[in-house]
Amino acid sequence: MKKVSPPGLEKQAIKAKARQGFFIGLPSIAYLLIFFIIPLGYVIAYSFATRSRSGRTELRDWNVDAYIRLGEDVVQAVAWRSLWIAVLTTVICLLLAYPLAFFISTRRPVIRNLLLVGIMIPFWSNFLIRTYAWRVLLSSDGLFTKVVEGLGLGDGRILFTRPAVILGLVYGYLPFMVLPLYASIDRINWSLVEGARDLYASGWKAFRRIVWPLSRPGVVAGSILVFVPSFGAYVTPAILGGNKESLMGSYIVDQFMDARNGPLGSSLSVLVLGVMLIGTMIYFRQGGRNL
Amino acid sequence: MNKGAALSTAEPKGASRWALRMHSLLIYVFFYAPIVVLVVYSFNDAQLVGDWRGFSLGWYEAFLDNDNIQESIWISVKVCIASTVISVVLGTMAALSLERFRWWGQKAFDAVLYLPIIIPDVTMAVMMLAFFNETSQLLNLIPGVDLSAGLEKLVFSHVAFNISFVSVVVRARLANLDATMEEAASDLYANRWQTFRRVTLPQIMPGIIGGALLAITLSLDDVVVSSFVASVGGTPISVYVFGLARKGVTPLINAVSVVMLSASMLLILASLGFQRATQFAREEK
Repeated sequence: MKKVSPPGLEKQAIKAKARQGFFIGLPSIAYLLIFFIIPLGYVIAYSFATRSRSGRTELRDWNVDAYIRLGEDVVQAVAWRSLWIAVLTTVICLLLAYPLAFFISTRRPVIRNLLLVGIMIPFWSNFLIRTYAWRVLLSSDGLFTKVVEGLGLGDGRILFTRPAVILGLVYGYLPFMVLPLYASIDRINWSLVEGARDLYASGWKAFRRIVWPLSRPGVVAGSILVFVPSFGAYVTPAILGGNKESLMGSYIVDQFMDARNGPLGSSLSVLVLGVMLIGTMIYFRQGGRNL
Repeated sequence: MNKGAALSTAEPKGASRWALRMHSLLIYVFFYAPIVVLVVYSFNDAQLVGDWRGFSLGWYEAFLDNDNIQESIWISVKVCIASTVISVVLGTMAALSLERFRWWGQKAFDAVLYLPIIIPDVTMAVMMLAFFNETSQLLNLIPGVDLSAGLEKLVFSHVAFNISFVSVVVRARLANLDATMEEAASDLYANRWQTFRRVTLPQIMPGIIGGALLAITLSLDDVVVSSFVASVGGTPISVYVFGLARKGVTPLINAVSVVMLSASMLLILASLGFQRATQFAREEK
C-alpha cells in the first residue's frame, strides 16, 4: 500500500524547515561569532603573544611565558587570595540563603511571590550602586561604623579591609544563591517529609535525610553562581577593598590598564574562563538550567 | 493537591520556627537597609555625608546642573536604545530558531548563547578590549561606523551580552505557548510570515517587552565591560559614577546613585511584571 505522503517529500519538508530555522538563527549566530567567539579567540591568542618594549601586545613569536608567569609568587598570592575569598563568600551565602529559601518556599503563594520579587529586584538591579551603598555605610563616619562602635563591638572601621570585600560580595551575590535554592526546595514533595515524620523521624533527621539531599541541585547551582563571579570580582574590591591587596579581577584589569602586560592579563583571563567552564559543566550536569 | 497540610509539617515548630522567621526578616533588612540609608543621605543638606543637617534637594539640583553627568547620561541613553533594539531583534530570532525548529548545530548555538550570561564581567571586558584593538581598522570600513568616538564599541559589546538575556526570556514565553495556534493558522493557508505576524508575535509580545526592559537595565548598569571599551569623552553614566565612587563618598554621587538605582529597580519591576504574565500562562496550563 502506498503512503499518503511519499517519504521523500516528507524528508524534504523536514529539511526545508531545518534550513529555515537555521536562517532565522543566522543573524545572531553571525553576531556572536564576530563579537563573542572571535574576541574570545583574541584573548587566547594574546595569552601566547609577545609584549613589546612599549607595552604593546604583538601577535608574533608565540610563547608560553605568560603561563609560566602564573607560577610566580605574586600571581599565586593573588590567585589563592581570590580563591579563598570566593570560597568564603560562597559558604556564607549558602548558610544565609538556605534557611531563607526554605522559609520562602513554605509560605502561601501570594506571600511567596512577594518575597521572591524582593529577592529578584536586588538580583537584577544596579550592582555598582548597591555596592556603593555599602561604601556610604562603611565610611569612617558612616552608619555601620557608628552602630558597631555604639554597641561596643569593637572597631567598626572595616572599609578597605578583607571583611569589607567579603561583606560586599555576599551582599551582591546572595540573591544568586537564594533563587536556585528556592527553585529546588520548592520542588520537594513535602508528603515525603510528612511520611518520615509519621515514621517517628525527628525534624532534624527528616531534614538531613530528605530535604537536604533533594535540594542538592540548588545548592550546587547556587554555589557556582556565587563562586564564579566572586572569583573574578572587580567592582566590589575596587570600591570596598582599597588598593592594599589585589584580587583576580582587579589584577587582570591592572595588567591591561597600568602594567600594560596584555599577555599576562590574557593568561589570567583564560584561567578565570577555565574556572567558569568547569563551574558551568557541573551546573548543567546538575540540571542547573531547569532551576 | 493538598500542599498546605504537608507544608505545615515541613515548617519547624517552636523556637526554631521563630528563629527562621527572624533570620528571613533580617536578610530582607540586610538587602534593603543600605539602599534606604543611601536614599536618606542623598537628601542630606551637608557637604560631608556622615552628619545630618536636615532635608534638602540641593544635591539633586547640583546633579541636574552638572554638565558632565548630563552628558554621560545622554551617552548611556543613546547606547542603551541602540543596543536594546538590536539585541531584541536578534535575541527574538534566536529564541524562535531554537524553540520552534530543529536543525543541525543547534545544540552548539544554544551553548554559545549561554556563555555571555555566565562569563565573568572582567573576562568579557578583556575580550572586547583585545578585539577592538585588533579589528578597529577593519570595523571602521563598515559604512557609518566610526569606532574612535567609542559609542559603537559600547553598542557592539552591550549587544553581545544582551542577545543572550533577551533570548532566554523570549524562549521561556515561547516554550509555554501552544504550537497548535500556529499550526491552525497555517492550516488556514496563512503563510509563515502571516502566521508569525498575526499569531506568534502577539502571543510572545510580553516576553519580548520583558526581555527588552531587561536589556535596557543591563545596558544602563554595565560598568566593567563599558569601562574597558569607552573612549575618553564618551563615558556612560555608570562608568562615570564608578570612577567617582572609587575615590570616595560625596553627597552628589549619592543623589546620582539614587536616581540610577530607582531607574534600575523600576525597569526590573516592569520586566518581572511582563515575565510574570508568562509564568501565569504556565500555571494555568
